[in-house]
Amino acid sequence: MLQKIYDWIDDRVDITPIWRDIADHEVPEHVNPAHHFSAFVYCFGGLTFFVTVIQILSGMFLTMYYVPDIENAWKSVYYLQTEVAHAQIVRGMHHWGASVVIVMLLLHTLRVFFQGAYKKPRELNWMVGVLIFFVMLGLGFTGYLLPWDNKAYFATQVGLEMAQQVPFIGEQLKILLAGDASIVGAQTLTRFFAIHVFFLPAALFGLLAAHFILIRKQGISGPL
Amino acid sequence: MSDKKQQVSRRQFLNYTLTGVGGFMAAGLLVSPLRMAIDPVLKDSASGELVNVGISVDDITDVPTRIDWTVEQVDGWYKSEPSRSAWVYKDGNGDIVALSPICTHLGCVVSWEGSDAHPDHFYCPCHDGLYTKDGVNVPGTPPLAPLPTFEQEIRDGMLFLGNTIDREGA
Repeated sequence: MLQKIYDWIDDRVDITPIWRDIADHEVPEHVNPAHHFSAFVYCFGGLTFFVTVIQILSGMFLTMYYVPDIENAWKSVYYLQTEVAHAQIVRGMHHWGASVVIVMLLLHTLRVFFQGAYKKPRELNWMVGVLIFFVMLGLGFTGYLLPWDNKAYFATQVGLEMAQQVPFIGEQLKILLAGDASIVGAQTLTRFFAIHVFFLPAALFGLLAAHFILIRKQGISGPL
Repeated sequence: MSDKKQQVSRRQFLNYTLTGVGGFMAAGLLVSPLRMAIDPVLKDSASGELVNVGISVDDITDVPTRIDWTVEQVDGWYKSEPSRSAWVYKDGNGDIVALSPICTHLGCVVSWEGSDAHPDHFYCPCHDGLYTKDGVNVPGTPPLAPLPTFEQEIRDGMLFLGNTIDREGA
């Protein structure tokens, strides 16, 4: 049955070559942990992506209950934590995944750095990777505020004061992030929500696409 | 083919035109969203009105006293009445001094003679920050700037306070 559906589509749009380009390619021996166990270091990039997928999925489900409003944000999180079946697990995935993704990203960065895999012709992919790192930090910073508890509020206060220290544009940058010159409040929460859920993920998708296209185009770097 | 020099080919002309039109459309589409996003930066920050803090000038002594009051705060669509506090006293000339109690180190709340070990000082319990009576930070303790003062006014014998004014480090 599935085969028939596949054939029916393949007959008309010839998807096999597309599928082959994306998924069906050889893994060189030196990056295959089945050959050399030490090659597990090559898994960190893929693990980063795997955790990112978990973040996207769990985040999508969390927005079914979460409200970005200062009266209700904390209550909605409390409600899903205490009243909704399995929501504690989904929020737990999002909460812990946020830290795990940074850890994996750093391990991936260390591997690329110490193997010198960033060298010519792969400098551009290193730069894209650094941008991905910044976007991830931004996601962590904006997501931290959303539960709207004391820890979130004061961490954001500190983060905004850091942004304020940027030379020349600090003040404007802070107001742009906070939505108000002096208050961390209703407008800050809606802004951070929008940045966390729409702006940064959009940037992340674009950068990830570039990251993956480049690695397929240039191939994985050779053995040490 | 004429040997006239052809400056712009038909293909080039169409390319330029379509790029130009497309650029205008993209720009037109982006103007409003971008202006909307930066609106808070361009808005005049509402200059805080002075508020009656509920203490008569006659009741203010030369010993710093903590006073609390509420202000009306408008945060976009959300109105609230957060509380404010200050330490007020009369200095040697009889002028009223109002100091913010927010420590300039990491934002804890200081109190006058808050520690028995440091009389005649404002004391911050978080990291032993000290300020002299005029709110100037004591060198060698964590805070790097004096306690902020307030915009102040006396109307009908009552003290009115407004926004805090940061002061340069000592």
